[in-house]
Amino acid sequence: MLHFIGTVLAFAGAASLIVSAIGIVRMPDIFSRMHAGTKASTLGILLIIAAAVCFQPAWSLKLLLLALFVLMTNPLSSSALALASYKMGVPHAGGEMDDLERDGLYREPHPLSPGDVQEGEEAIPTKEES
Amino acid sequence: MLDILILMVSFALALSLFRFLRGPTLTDRVVAFDVMSIVATALLVILSVYFGRSIYLDVALVFGLIGFLGTVVFGRFIEKAV
Repeated sequence: MLHFIGTVLAFAGAASLIVSAIGIVRMPDIFSRMHAGTKASTLGILLIIAAAVCFQPAWSLKLLLLALFVLMTNPLSSSALALASYKMGVPHAGGEMDDLERDGLYREPHPLSPGDVQEGEEAIPTKEES
Repeated sequence: MLDILILMVSFALALSLFRFLRGPTLTDRVVAFDVMSIVATALLVILSVYFGRSIYLDVALVFGLIGFLGTVVFGRFIEKAV
């Protein structure tokens, strides 16, 4: 019974990881890529850790430590990346509103701002693709 | 059964590696690297169950720590533009 629960949890976790990777590839914008990439992969690794607890109950302490570590560090790293990419002025895909810009709290121009994208690449995949 | 799981997680790793190689801006690559480190940690957990060795969990913990530190350092680097 425990083996069956572990199998179901492991496949759900792997499917969630694949969904997050597809979101990384397919999403048009850096912030939506981050939205797809961080949350779904956190869910996926937590489900896989729960499956490993079902398969090997003797390793529960180490796996619990790993799960706590992932739960603490993933939101921190994605928050730091979101702040960095906002300050860098990464172009958006359109259809959103910038509250900081509307309230007059607009950022300073950033030295690493991607004004010139390398040739052959578009900064945002255009909407005619999809 | 665990073979299919390893194949699925490796497919996720390959997809995020594609974004890491292609990503137009710098932060795209760093986000793809973050997802790659999480997926590789999950792959190490599956491999520890597959080989039946709990020592791989320590590797997974240290790898997650290194990936987290790398992501945060890159984020601070981009933010401050040192």
